[in-house]
Amino acid sequence: MRAVARVLVPVLLALGVSGLVLLALGKNPLAYYGDVLTRGLLTWGGLQATITRMAPLLLIAAGLVLSFQAGIWNLGTDGQFLLAGVITAALTPVLVGIVPWSIAIILSLIVAFAVGAAWSLIPAFLKASYGINEIITSLMMSFLGTSLANVLVKIPFRDPSTDVPQTQVLPVADRLPRLFGTTVHSGILIAVAAVVIVHVVMTRTAFGLKLRMVGANPRAAAHAGLNVAKLTFATFALSAGLAGLAGAVEILGVQGTVRADWNPAYGLLVVPLVFLARFHALGVIGFTVFFAVLMIGGESASRRLGVPQHFVLLLVGMLLLFLALVDYLDHRRRLMRA
Amino acid sequence: MSAQASVPLGGAPSTISVDGRAAIELRGITKRFPGVVANNDIALDVLAGEIHVLLGENGAGKSTLIGILAGLQRPDAGSICVHGRPVSIASPRESLDLGIGTVFQHMQLVPSLTVLENLMLGESSWRPLQRRPALERFRELSALLGVSIDADAPVARLALGEQQQVEIMHALWRGASVLILDEPTSTLAPQGVHQLGEVMKRLRDKGVAIIFITHKMREACALGDRISVLRLGRLVGSIDKQELATMTEQQVTDRVVDLMFGKNGQAGRGVIELENQTARRNPSRIERHAAPLLRLRGVTTAAQPGECAVHEISFDLWRGEVLGIAGVDGNGQKHLAEVLAGQRAAISGSILLRDEEVTRGGVAARRQQGIAYITDERHGEGTIGTFSVATNLVAKEIGKPPLWWRGVSLWDRIHLHAREQIQRHDIRTPSERTPIAKLSGGNIQKVLLARELTARAALVVFNKPTYGLDLQNTQLARERIVEGAARGVAMIVISNELDELAAVSDRIAVMFQGRLNGIVPNDENADRRIGLLMTGAAA
Amino acid sequence: MNPLLTEVFLSTLIFGAVTAGMPLLLAGLGEQISEKAGILNIGIEGMMLAGAYAGFVVAYAWDSFALGFLAGGLAGIAVASLMALFCVRLSLNQIVVGIALTLSAEGLTALLHFFQFSRTYPRLPKAPVLAIPGLDNIPVLGPGLFRHNTIVYLAVLLVAVVAWLFRKTYIGLNLEAAGNRPAALDAAGIDVLATRTAAVLTTGVLAGLGGAYMVEVGAGLFVPYMTNGAGFIAIVLAMLARGRPLWVLLGALLFGVSLSLTTALQVAGVDIPTDVVQMLPFAMVILVLVIFGRNSMLPPALGLPYIRGER
Repeated sequence: MRAVARVLVPVLLALGVSGLVLLALGKNPLAYYGDVLTRGLLTWGGLQATITRMAPLLLIAAGLVLSFQAGIWNLGTDGQFLLAGVITAALTPVLVGIVPWSIAIILSLIVAFAVGAAWSLIPAFLKASYGINEIITSLMMSFLGTSLANVLVKIPFRDPSTDVPQTQVLPVADRLPRLFGTTVHSGILIAVAAVVIVHVVMTRTAFGLKLRMVGANPRAAAHAGLNVAKLTFATFALSAGLAGLAGAVEILGVQGTVRADWNPAYGLLVVPLVFLARFHALGVIGFTVFFAVLMIGGESASRRLGVPQHFVLLLVGMLLLFLALVDYLDHRRRLMRA
Repeated sequence: MSAQASVPLGGAPSTISVDGRAAIELRGITKRFPGVVANNDIALDVLAGEIHVLLGENGAGKSTLIGILAGLQRPDAGSICVHGRPVSIASPRESLDLGIGTVFQHMQLVPSLTVLENLMLGESSWRPLQRRPALERFRELSALLGVSIDADAPVARLALGEQQQVEIMHALWRGASVLILDEPTSTLAPQGVHQLGEVMKRLRDKGVAIIFITHKMREACALGDRISVLRLGRLVGSIDKQELATMTEQQVTDRVVDLMFGKNGQAGRGVIELENQTARRNPSRIERHAAPLLRLRGVTTAAQPGECAVHEISFDLWRGEVLGIAGVDGNGQKHLAEVLAGQRAAISGSILLRDEEVTRGGVAARRQQGIAYITDERHGEGTIGTFSVATNLVAKEIGKPPLWWRGVSLWDRIHLHAREQIQRHDIRTPSERTPIAKLSGGNIQKVLLARELTARAALVVFNKPTYGLDLQNTQLARERIVEGAARGVAMIVISNELDELAAVSDRIAVMFQGRLNGIVPNDENADRRIGLLMTGAAA
Repeated sequence: MNPLLTEVFLSTLIFGAVTAGMPLLLAGLGEQISEKAGILNIGIEGMMLAGAYAGFVVAYAWDSFALGFLAGGLAGIAVASLMALFCVRLSLNQIVVGIALTLSAEGLTALLHFFQFSRTYPRLPKAPVLAIPGLDNIPVLGPGLFRHNTIVYLAVLLVAVVAWLFRKTYIGLNLEAAGNRPAALDAAGIDVLATRTAAVLTTGVLAGLGGAYMVEVGAGLFVPYMTNGAGFIAIVLAMLARGRPLWVLLGALLFGVSLSLTTALQVAGVDIPTDVVQMLPFAMVILVLVIFGRNSMLPPALGLPYIRGER
């Protein structure tokens, strides 16, 4: 019961306070939230869009669960996501013409994972060798990656046949197949599989236990004979690779191309979800549903009710804040009762 | 130098009275923490111009009492009077204002600041630092304490003994009338202890009331004017000045044991006697014509800021031998332990186990070859607080069969294994899944012992095995060492308590500034020779 | 003649470097003060944005640059006070709270801007410039360094003040102790939490001022998310400066150069895509970290909350 409260209370508080802000700006928060719920979950089109949106979010979340449990703050997922997405967008249309379709897709996914992982090499090295705080380094790489992705789209990967700078469009027929006649693409299966695999690895394998040890107490991990540097590299690679995979899935499943200055910036927004789920892989799925509904519903509500998507940022920030607060109060209550 | 000579800088005027009035009166002091009563209805008087020793084992509640006087804790019940006035000490600031200066067990100086800057710490103003009055006060106190330290030296570069002298100065800076010293001798060589004693006597003669906390009987007898004994949060008795003057050390020991354990004092007596026994172990029982189990030749580790590396360490160790490593903290013991365990690389030299070169292996390899290591930092390094007892028990075996199969964790087997260990080693825990941080220090040590003293262990390195443990667990750890040696396991015991080393070791080596300054057999001359070696002199 | 060596290019570059570097300097000094006291202030990006928006609104509404700066500073303190409450008083995780404050500030300022100005997109008039007579006529350096808004000169002065504060006052000792060994500070009788709170609030003022400067002097208008990582660059500057305010100044100018390179290149007629140039500051940070990373020094108690009596 208390576990439910620990989740529900921050959510309600965040919705409440953000709702007050809406009120102050002259908008009806209940209408907004109702609209979000309806458009995001309760219409067939909305539900499909929500599930589709969940694919990249779940992949990033899987990577962050692994990363945070291992004590590594990989905040560079936006750059990893975008760079891998751009390279996928440029690579796949070419591959599809050379090798059979399924090989092309698999290769693209692998390359995307590798690109994401590669982009985390520098923060991993700086952390493992000099102990430099990875929050800063991964953020810097993220900004760098975003700019680099833009340069790639605008210059080397630019499709000369279009007016708007973008990569060559992958024909719809070559994208990830739809499931059971819906508009949801099979990337969601990859995403759910990733989350489940991360869960199993972290709870039931020696490798996962080693990562958790490093996250809980790096000195004890070294004392126990673990190669902390190697595990740091592995954590970054896996976490960033999953973010890269998310980028590929988004391109291959939905976008088909990358337009210049495109940056959905899912990465930092997924961070609070992972916290809400207390780093629990399977728990993250539930929160991702919540967030996807918010995003899809919010996009529609922004057109209909004039509340821009900036609001979602505020809501997420409040969520994180109240989460920390509720955790603290809960901790205090438990101490006092003891 | 008369009692009125030193003019305190700022702060409250010190009311040093030499008429025997109580500087501090505690009545009914009680302090509870979750699960334990740290101080239970304690009544204590400390007179001006006396050295009042608070004696008690680890866990007796001494540090809590000091915390209350220093303003770090508030008592749940009871009253405090300072120089006859009832007070409540709500913060360290108030404690200092009342003229109480405390020197804690763990260093409370800022390493990146200089000596003088540390001493000037305590004001909150925008004013520029007033160097000259501070220097004057520094010189005054240096003369009083009989020390010579460079005021502008960064604290991090001072030796431990010098740092402690600075802490004492800090405590006296504002003209303290009460000085509290919490276990000050653990960082000192025997000569340092003697010097500290001289300083304390000098201060006492000027009328300062001194509270001296220790768990060592010998020091209590040598330095105390009065001894009060604490056990499990209660004051169980005192021996006052007149009595103390007429008793021998043995009589005092007996009296203290009586106070602590009543008439059935066998268990406690055992440990205390272990410390005081004059009969040493028999070093000649080790067969030294056989090949040694372990040989170190010229082992050196890399220097790191803030740590003392080891330099050209060489020694031999035979099966079933207990080698004690003595030395004041910070002379390279940690690096030695780590390089033996494989946790730290040797940049030169070689380590031979059973005549095989093992220098290049890591922790896993060493464990495989039979070298186990029990660290001194149980919480920071030895265990992972949030993980269960079961997981901690297998922390050094992750991925290995039979508890892992091709990388998959077999949790049922792991928990079964844990339950067996818990029973065999009498580890008190609600279950094998309890987070290990919830266990008491003694039980955590039992987990570490269970984890390291396996059948495969041929050499066990102990770093401060009884630090922070109560008498019972101290006794247990020492028994395990002696038993293991009898079974043929080689032991290396690193400790800064000479009594402990004397009780268990066959030979004792002394570390000084990263070098092994000498190895002496544990016979009647050992104490004297070790004392010399600890100061860097040749034995 | 090489277009990069003309007087126009160089003085534009230097001028732009100072303008772009000023927010970094202010935020960097603020972050340095926080970090010295042991607080890793990830929310500084949020404080800058809050200061930027508040500065814009007030400067626009009251037609006063000075009031705008004041508002910016106050907005910064407002966000910082949340940081102080949650991280210093309640000992919550500094990283989580920092990210939360940044996200909230980003969302809130963008939201407010949308509702208030997205139709009109007003601009502020050009900020007043205080030219230093005589010095401002030196070729290249003159127009580059000595024709700036008053805040610039005050900020440079601030560097000296902060340096003096760190080394020569009791407050400086307290900050050092708070970040290095808070237990020692507590034992010396100083309130650790008060010291850290003061440090965080000061960071808020400075970051807010930095944001206000970005709006009033740099851009002339507010654009959502306009800080674009400046706060994080400030954190890196503070990390690399190893407790020396002068190095924050140098670092800020260096980054200012790379940030202002686009404009200067355009002026010189050199055609390099904006995005490539935008990569420069971040690439530089990474390069510096890789080369000098060994030497970055952070106070030992950084990021750890202080709870009395806890060992």
